[in-house]
Amino acid sequence: MENFFNVDVLRQSVPYLLAGLRVTFLLCLIIIPLGILVGFAIASLYWAGGRGVRGVLIVLIDLARSLPPLVLLIFVYYGLPFMGIELTQLWAVSAALVLNISSFYAEIFRSGFAAIPTGQIEAARASGMSSASILGHIVAPQATRNVLADLVGNTIEVVKSTSLASAVALPELLRQARVVQGLTYNPTPLIAAAAIYLILLWPCVRVLSRLERKEMTSM
Amino acid sequence: MQNLLDNFVRMDVIVQYAPEIGKGMLLTVMLGTAIIVAGLLLGLVLAGIRLVGLQLLNAPIVIFVDLFRALPPLVVIVIFYFAFPLIGIVLSQFGAVWLALTLKLAAFAEEILFASMMVVGKRQWEAGESSGMSFLQILRYIVVPQALRMSIAPLTSRTIATVKNTALGAVIGLPEMLARAAEVQSAVMNTTPLTMAAVGYLIIFFPLVIGARFIENRYRWAR
Repeated sequence: MENFFNVDVLRQSVPYLLAGLRVTFLLCLIIIPLGILVGFAIASLYWAGGRGVRGVLIVLIDLARSLPPLVLLIFVYYGLPFMGIELTQLWAVSAALVLNISSFYAEIFRSGFAAIPTGQIEAARASGMSSASILGHIVAPQATRNVLADLVGNTIEVVKSTSLASAVALPELLRQARVVQGLTYNPTPLIAAAAIYLILLWPCVRVLSRLERKEMTSM
Repeated sequence: MQNLLDNFVRMDVIVQYAPEIGKGMLLTVMLGTAIIVAGLLLGLVLAGIRLVGLQLLNAPIVIFVDLFRALPPLVVIVIFYFAFPLIGIVLSQFGAVWLALTLKLAAFAEEILFASMMVVGKRQWEAGESSGMSFLQILRYIVVPQALRMSIAPLTSRTIATVKNTALGAVIGLPEMLARAAEVQSAVMNTTPLTMAAVGYLIIFFPLVIGARFIENRYRWAR
């Protein structure tokens, strides 16, 4: 108990953890919208594309989904400088994670778009709508509602994956907790960081469970 | 272009360090297999217990599941490895990563399996009971076969995502593929080892991802 919930250490670590939390939030603010945007763009391209475009996009999506995000991050952060591309930690993390998670968002949107009955699209085309407005007004809104659970689930994964940034010493929540742990020789900051993640994500996980169950029983 | 090749795919580095990276790959595969077996088994057992429907047993399971769905795996690994020794639980690097990811996979598997078993309706349970089947028989012959069909797609993608996290072992110094590659990279001042590791991960996971896509198309949840 002394070790895991040391009040003095906790008090000491609060400013560090708050600073870390701010970086975690910043990462989420960059990565989530960018990831959704890129994923949506790829899925749209797939939806509008011919057989060749689709084949290429599927391979790219699956390649990106096959690499552990930490491998991408290490590659971007330690590898790209050899090509003369040096990114700060924040942008290296953002680039690696966007690359990784946009492939998951792309796959979610892609399967959502594919599930819209072709009859609707033919009807829209017959009434003279352009491909762009069919996508924007008919396909995307319905598809997004259908895959909402997957989108929420993936977004929770994104928030969790920001903790990888600690591996390249970007001072986000986990990194800060480890720094204070090192200073105080006490694991309380780690437990506190875990508690903060729980406070942020537990409600989201509850909502997700409900969404998933609703989706399954409505089948 | 030559410069690029020299930095990212240098032949002599590949030849010299292939055994080293290969050893890491072996560890990655072993660790991944151990996680899949233990995680799915534990998830199945927990889902079964939860089906019995005793409040006393369900509450801890739900809390466990939520906890591991909400916590970043790296946070769990770091706590297991750096904090647990202070309360007398000492885990090896392999043990810490294995336990963390096994529990995580079990949590996700429990949730998926339980949800899909719930979908198999009450009437089928009653039909089973009225034809004299026991609880376990109903599970074995009616509920599980249907639930498996429904859960196989999310279960595969979740399993792959969890096993990919074995790379996180590099953070606590587990000599799996990524850690070995990073080590060699800093020794030879060249990115080739990282390229090798990336290719190694593709060799392991690309077929799995494609397989998962196949399964998803085949057993698509009716949306």
